[in-house]
Amino acid sequence: MTTAVADRAHGDEQHGHHGPAKGLTRWLFTTNHKDIGTLYLVFSLIMFFVGGSMALVVRSELFTPGLQFVHPEFFNQMTTMHALVMIFGAVMPAFVGLANWMIPMMIGAPDMALPRMNNWSFWILPVAFSILLSTLFMPGGAPAGGWTMYPPLVLQTGDAFPFLIFSVHLMGLSSIMGAINVIVTILNMRTENMSLLKMPMFVWTWLITAYLLIAVMPVLAGAVTMLLTDQFFGTSFFLAAGGGDPVMFQHIFWFFGHPEVYIMILPAFGIVSEIIPTFARKPLFGHDSMVYAASSIAFLSFIVWAHHMFTVGMPLTGQLFFMFATMLIAVPTGVKVFNWAATMWRGSMTFETPMLFSLAFLFLFTIGGFSGLMLAIVPADIQYHDSYFVVAHFHYVLVPGAIFGIMAAVYYWLPKWTGTMYNETLGKWHFWLSTIFVNVTFFPMHFLGLAGMPRRIPDYATQFADFNSVASVGAIGFGLSQLLFAWVILQCVRRNGDAATNEVWDNPKGLEWTVPSPAPYHTFDEPPQVSSQAAFS
Amino acid sequence: MFGLLAAERALADWTLNMRKGITALSEETWTLHMQVFWWCVAIAIVVFGTMIYSLFAHRKSRGAEAAQFSHSMSAEVIWTVIPIIILLIMAVPSAETLVKLEDSRKPDMTIVITGYQWKWHYNYQGENVAYFSSLARTSADARRKGSGIDPFTVENYLLDVDRPLVVPVGAKVRILLTSNDVLHAWWVPDLAIKKDAIPGFMNEAWFRAEHTGTYRGQCAELCGKDHGYMPVVVRVVEQDAFDAWLATQKGQAERVASAE
Repeated sequence: MTTAVADRAHGDEQHGHHGPAKGLTRWLFTTNHKDIGTLYLVFSLIMFFVGGSMALVVRSELFTPGLQFVHPEFFNQMTTMHALVMIFGAVMPAFVGLANWMIPMMIGAPDMALPRMNNWSFWILPVAFSILLSTLFMPGGAPAGGWTMYPPLVLQTGDAFPFLIFSVHLMGLSSIMGAINVIVTILNMRTENMSLLKMPMFVWTWLITAYLLIAVMPVLAGAVTMLLTDQFFGTSFFLAAGGGDPVMFQHIFWFFGHPEVYIMILPAFGIVSEIIPTFARKPLFGHDSMVYAASSIAFLSFIVWAHHMFTVGMPLTGQLFFMFATMLIAVPTGVKVFNWAATMWRGSMTFETPMLFSLAFLFLFTIGGFSGLMLAIVPADIQYHDSYFVVAHFHYVLVPGAIFGIMAAVYYWLPKWTGTMYNETLGKWHFWLSTIFVNVTFFPMHFLGLAGMPRRIPDYATQFADFNSVASVGAIGFGLSQLLFAWVILQCVRRNGDAATNEVWDNPKGLEWTVPSPAPYHTFDEPPQVSSQAAFS
Repeated sequence: MFGLLAAERALADWTLNMRKGITALSEETWTLHMQVFWWCVAIAIVVFGTMIYSLFAHRKSRGAEAAQFSHSMSAEVIWTVIPIIILLIMAVPSAETLVKLEDSRKPDMTIVITGYQWKWHYNYQGENVAYFSSLARTSADARRKGSGIDPFTVENYLLDVDRPLVVPVGAKVRILLTSNDVLHAWWVPDLAIKKDAIPGFMNEAWFRAEHTGTYRGQCAELCGKDHGYMPVVVRVVEQDAFDAWLATQKGQAERVASAE
């Protein structure tokens, strides 16, 4: 009882105006949304380089036909781990980091609603990824059955198998706790006068994303648990010999997997919806219809999962349903793209690095959308499926889509976080190198897929040689360009650059620009006053 | 000779597009692919064109003043309705082709294809002809790490097998697919067939080849370490050549049986 009282007194003192604790304990025990946001972002950057190195092993091997560097077993481990690390280690934590930093500041809240859970949801991640990456050194090597973990192949994984399952469980746990925190914060801690429909788009898209996470991460956890019991406890959920069905795993997996795709893109939609109005000096066009479009996309994401599996042998009516539902997604996605274009129309645009990344997002994500529409057409999909065309498609929506969105956000808010302007020249170099190389890497993959090259192969027929070499050169260029990104961030963190003003940009909208740069350790001890007419994005 | 080979290689290498293939449905698939592609190009020209114009015309450095409009119901309705119309135009022929793809009734012959790690097994139903089809020796030697063999010197590197599937031209061939171990997928681009081979389940597909020749594909579903090394080769021959081939195979099978 006395301890509880003492703890509370201590807790109250913590929320006073003094700064962060010193040393390592600051990061281990922090409940501050900005510290936790920083932890997420740094973790994500490290994983981005880890996953990127794996991609470079893959692309180096594929530079020319024949096996030069690795054996097929290790090649498959690299493709599998690259995907798991990039999806669960780089892209998702980056968005959670941005949510932690920005959502409280954008809605005028002093912190996230559940700060201790916030600490826990971050610190689970390094544990999860230590487990996952340690499988590389286990007998039988890391998981090599693809990130989709299809049985029966995944059951042939060596000692790594239970560690794979356990690390996926931990990642899911972390995501769910992060999502709960986002929802509770947004629904309860908005400042006075900020009605739901007046929230900034980044907050909106994250709210929708958080619901998607809570809906589907348990489904993934269930699916991998069934794999675990099939392997060790004699069940036959996915084993035909015991009356199970391997395809059922795919249905369950993609019921998670398709919303997961939007989990990785909706926050990026929110980011560019913040950035384009700032640099066009014009309010976001059709704010409410953007909200409805994002919500429709989220809803549709639950009824299109089987378009990932048109070759498994579904009934005709099932194929027709999933084809039509998938095509329908083009409508709300189109609305978003048109609204961004309308936001730029008759604006007064300047092209700082965040805007450049947002524009590249707009063009290149749309290209990924086009190939997505093509993939919806079932007869054509039967040719595209599991070929490099699909690899090109999802890398276009994930790299210049999700990752360019994250990079745009980092350049946009870095001066607010650090109080220092990044080096604009280096930022532009980073942008142009990334944009050129991302296209050199992924555009030729469309041609390879159409010419008949399957994905996930370590070696290929000689007629695929030329475009593979081009893609490999692009990948190495893209990878090296990202060192520039790390350098630019490091310079800002070291306060090596001009001091940033509070507004940073030319009259940007949003509460985050009303606080000093760098943002103080505690913001909004009193709820900020906003007029009932104010537009927040 | 070398000049000819080089020219052929150059032609094959920078392939940009899907092949039309050798069945009526592979050509229909190709047509659908091109239709949706051109729709995408048309939309891209309009949308990207507008955005690029805006990027040049509405920039601050040219003295553009920002307008402050942020809503237009009519614009929102227009760019919701037009995509729906385009989608409907695409959906109808796609559904029609899909219905034909699924209609495997009244086949002239049936072949049961079983996937193994890492080869295919072909069984001509009711003909007592069945055999495995594995990666050709030449490719298998060259593919090993440090083999010292340049893949470019190997004919049909990784796309050649010891015993191809042989089918008659013009016949409706139904294939029944299953697997002995993990998932595989039987893919021949020129037949526009890609279908998963699933242990414990039978999948169905069909084709009617319209041209003779040799057509190559690969396993398309990750199936373990040698996933990249289980090609599919289909030889389409005239009906009488096929009959002769089948008779020889049956003779061999009977000799093996009587020897036992």
